Amino acid sequence: MSINKSNYDEYVKKKTPNSPILKNCIKAFFVGGAICVIGQAITDLCIMLGAGMTEVKIITPIILIFLGSLLTGLGVYDKLGKHAGGGSIIPITGFANSIVSSAMEFKKEGYVMGVGAKMFTIAGPVIVYGVVASMIYGFIYWIVNIVF
Amino acid sequence: MAKKVGDRTLEFSERINVISYGNVVGKFEGEGPLKSCFDIIVNDEYFGEKTYEKAETKMQQTALNSALQKGLLKISDLNLIASGDLLNQCISSSYSVRDNDVPFIGLYGACSTMALSVIVASMSVECGYSQYAAGVTSSHFCSAERQFRQPLEYGGQRTPSAQRTVTASAALIVGKKKTNITVKRIAIGSVIDFLVTDANNMGAAMAPAAVDTVVHYFNDTGTKPQDYDMILSGDLGAVGASIFRDMAAEKGYDMQNIYNDCGLMIFDNKKQDTHAGGSGCGCSGAVLTGYVLPRLASGELKNVLFMSTGALMSTTASQQGESIPAVAHLINFTGE
Repeated sequence: MSINKSNYDEYVKKKTPNSPILKNCIKAFFVGGAICVIGQAITDLCIMLGAGMTEVKIITPIILIFLGSLLTGLGVYDKLGKHAGGGSIIPITGFANSIVSSAMEFKKEGYVMGVGAKMFTIAGPVIVYGVVASMIYGFIYWIVNIVF
Repeated sequence: MAKKVGDRTLEFSERINVISYGNVVGKFEGEGPLKSCFDIIVNDEYFGEKTYEKAETKMQQTALNSALQKGLLKISDLNLIASGDLLNQCISSSYSVRDNDVPFIGLYGACSTMALSVIVASMSVECGYSQYAAGVTSSHFCSAERQFRQPLEYGGQRTPSAQRTVTASAALIVGKKKTNITVKRIAIGSVIDFLVTDANNMGAAMAPAAVDTVVHYFNDTGTKPQDYDMILSGDLGAVGASIFRDMAAEKGYDMQNIYNDCGLMIFDNKKQDTHAGGSGCGCSGAVLTGYVLPRLASGELKNVLFMSTGALMSTTASQQGESIPAVAHLINFTGE
């Protein structure tokens, strides 16, 4: 086969090593699971200490966000993410990491155009499409309730 | 006058010599296999400055000063500084020379800048504009990450074909004063686009440009790979270098053991977990000035083809779905 512009894409795909998907999935499963276990432990502890369900639903995310932010600031979360991938990006700690890492990175450009403007460069799309998805969900839920 | 050979290559009629060269690298590069080759290894990624951009500027000044010192020259002896880097508007380069009062040409060739800047400097000496001219380039892992990719502390994953931007700056001074390293020929590459869109596989995007330039050069000069002690590409990395070998072999040029890639030499990919290898302007610059030229000076190497390769995309073009055009410029260095 002669390598040319038209078959190059196919050839490059053969030459390029794939990500170790199974290994990555296993790591993501355990790290993501561990973060959830920590979340559950915090929840159970709060309930044990007498907090109501409404308060617990606020306290647990606050603590997880704090931990995600702290580990980002200490330079640990990116090392975790390198191995865990989606396992540490998807939980709320990963959301905190995306905001805090952007804020830290762009502090040099000032608090307004740096931190303020760049803080949500990664998290922004997640928020936008999260809200859009919940609107669609709400709409479907509303229709279903009317019909049935 | 220099003589044009074939359609891409220029052969210098007078001896254009490498007067001196200098480099500075970051801590991570200083832990790699070439650690003993570099002039200065800086452990602080800020290099004592407040921002990564300022650090990169200072690295260029440091590399140039190192070259000037080794060549027993002053900054005022230079008639031209040709330099470039990866940052928007090439700020590391222009900011590093703003107090020098030396004519300056800012270049953008992405990671091909080391060869490009030395080509421009050599031409300026050949045509009589300069007695001494410097080619300088730099890249900084942290300043490149923040401009092209994600924040440093963001916990994302990178693909096996991704490369790590080298933190390094290199400077090379050419002139007509006699030394034992000569810039014999240069070949200027054209922009080649094989429609690769994956910004994490720049080696694959750049390999066809490298093949195009080297094949033109061989055709122009009537030489073959075996005529050289070493053929080096800039930063194709593991994937790109393997493609380069395949494509060159298909054109009838078997590279065998003569060929290597600076991106594969600067890091130990397994130990340092650098995926496909190093990239960035400083990658080929540091390997050229740290590894290749000292071996040409000592006589261990006699005839070297050095080819820096650049991927010419931007984040805007990538986000708009554009493919990655690439270019490769080649220099033939000879020793005595």
